Amino acid sequence: MLSAYGSAVSVTLDQIPLGTPARIDSVDWDLLVPEEAERLRALGLDAGAHVRLAYRGVFVSRDPLAVEIGRMTVALRRVHARAMHVELIGATA
Amino acid sequence: MSRNACVAALVGNPNAGKSALFNALTGARQKIANYPGVTVERKAGRLILPSGEPMELVDLPGSYGLNATSPDEEVTRKVIMGEQVGQAQPDVLVIVLDASNLEQHLVFAQEVLELGRPTVVALNMVDLAERDGLTLDSAALETALGVPVIPTVAVRRRGLAELSAAIAQARDRVSGETAPRAHVTLPERRLLAHEMAHGAILSETAKHRIHARMDRVLLHPWLGPPILLALLFVVFQAVFSWATPFADVLDAGVSGIGDLVKTALPPSLARDLLTDGVIAGVGAVIVFLPQILILFFFILTMEATGYMARAAFLMDRLMATVGLSGRSFIPLLSSFACAIPGIMATRSITDPKDRLTTILIAPLMTCSARLPVYAVIIAAFIPHRTVGPGFGLQGLVLFGLYVFGVVGAMVVALVLRRSVTKGAASGFIMELPKYQLPTVKDLALGLFQRAWIFLRRAGTMIFTVTVVLWFLLNFPRAGEGQSQVDASIAGHIANGLAVVVEPVGFNRDIALAIIPAMAAREVAVSSLATTYAVDNANDEDAQANALEDQLKAHWTLPTALAFLAWFVFAPQCMSTIAVTRRETNGWKWPAFMLAYLFGLAYLAAGVTFWTARAFGLG
Repeated sequence: MLSAYGSAVSVTLDQIPLGTPARIDSVDWDLLVPEEAERLRALGLDAGAHVRLAYRGVFVSRDPLAVEIGRMTVALRRVHARAMHVELIGATA
Repeated sequence: MSRNACVAALVGNPNAGKSALFNALTGARQKIANYPGVTVERKAGRLILPSGEPMELVDLPGSYGLNATSPDEEVTRKVIMGEQVGQAQPDVLVIVLDASNLEQHLVFAQEVLELGRPTVVALNMVDLAERDGLTLDSAALETALGVPVIPTVAVRRRGLAELSAAIAQARDRVSGETAPRAHVTLPERRLLAHEMAHGAILSETAKHRIHARMDRVLLHPWLGPPILLALLFVVFQAVFSWATPFADVLDAGVSGIGDLVKTALPPSLARDLLTDGVIAGVGAVIVFLPQILILFFFILTMEATGYMARAAFLMDRLMATVGLSGRSFIPLLSSFACAIPGIMATRSITDPKDRLTTILIAPLMTCSARLPVYAVIIAAFIPHRTVGPGFGLQGLVLFGLYVFGVVGAMVVALVLRRSVTKGAASGFIMELPKYQLPTVKDLALGLFQRAWIFLRRAGTMIFTVTVVLWFLLNFPRAGEGQSQVDASIAGHIANGLAVVVEPVGFNRDIALAIIPAMAAREVAVSSLATTYAVDNANDEDAQANALEDQLKAHWTLPTALAFLAWFVFAPQCMSTIAVTRRETNGWKWPAFMLAYLFGLAYLAAGVTFWTARAFGLG
């Protein structure tokens, strides 16, 4: 059975359910301001990283997001998360 | 090589516990200044080596890598590379690692180690790692990194002697040449960091991490914001009510000293300069010290515990609507007490355009110095009437003035972000640090440093301004039957100013009051009192009451309302201008701030006056 999150469908970090472990497949660095891209990379948010969406903001747009990476929690905006394509780990394939 | 000029520098990621380690290693012997040409704080102190020799220790701004993305990181890079003006290249680098976040912190550590400088590693906060169920093998890490690794707990002073000894050893090995290691790319460094971190973990139990449980409540979409609001309410209460008794004592002390000088010295102009100029002027600002200390106590506590980053997270969306980020929230909040600590707190904003915008709108937050002015005018002109259960008209007007300031700030921020501080939409990328109990010593040290910065300014800038104002008001001397105020330079300036401010409903008395109010806003009240020659000049309550009657006799309602609107915007505080100059490194932005705020104040007063008149209010 094909999962809704199968490799054919591209899911970005802002779309996954809270608390689900995921792995970053690729990042569209071109969508981001160079300094912010540099900062995200420095924090380890790069292809191959294992992440978990931990919290969303309160307001209607549900911005910003808090992402757990390793033993660290990083706050970022949805525009950043939208550039990160992820694959859910443990999703039924 | 000379041993006297030896320097060691602490390097590491933000939240590695560098500052706590720095405080523990140097004690209170710290020098805080700016690096030349930038507004990045340089913290230096004296480290005593086991041999008893002193060594200078510099705490570098936290950094994620040598590719700088902020002015702070740029300084860190330059100091490490020996390119920073006014800072000798460190002889020894001390890399500070958060023991429970090794995988992340080892990435930057490797980049620094590549340079081949004499280096020591402090494996910091091992106690928190143990709390998280993590036992580490520092010997394994030492083998992997090829430099000494010392486990430390800065706040409990664990491992400090061993660290000093290792620094001394590294210094003694300095041969003047460096041995750069092979360069590896970022992905390779990350892979290596992963391996090293896992190689150093002896045991890892899946203990539930405390901070995850706290975040579940504090970052909860519906619980988090009310908790933040409640906390802010407590902070406001504390700043405004707890500070009052201390401020009263200081106030009494200042007048006491003034009276003492008055009785001790024969009447003369010099004595007046000392009492009315220096003591009264500087005293008027020093009474804000308790408020500033209480405010900073809360800010430093929120920072030390790690809650500040959560507050920024919760407020980010709201700030984004005007082109700012969550990081601007705390500086703006502080500005409700006083714009000076608020502007000083903008240093935590990494984006320079964001920071500049925040500095420029900080004076629009209604600071506590405006309260005495508002209180007098509202009491005199707004009827004491209830407009609903528990709501008085006077309180409503006061609240309206606060809202007016906030809305004004939001609009100005929107405009600035599209014009003079235009730039890429400011993002919000921020590590949420682990929760920690703050230590009394670190808090006390931080408070002492803020108080010192504030008092030093009161002793220099504010001192100068009050003395100049005193001369303007007292020279040239009045002739027979002429009032001193009319004869003085200030009186002449007021006559000229009156022509300019007349269209917005101000009379000459107001023109005269807003000149000395440049030193500090609340001085407007005492200058109006002086102008209306009120008796009981020493008794503030009587003064305020009598002043109310005088104001009612001399002012119309539209004039009073215009005066209130003026004070929402007018940049009447030389200390704010001075601190803006210091924080932006030049006169350009303070000049801009003065121009735009006076422009807005004039416009707001005018619109208020004309509207009030059109509605037949006076």
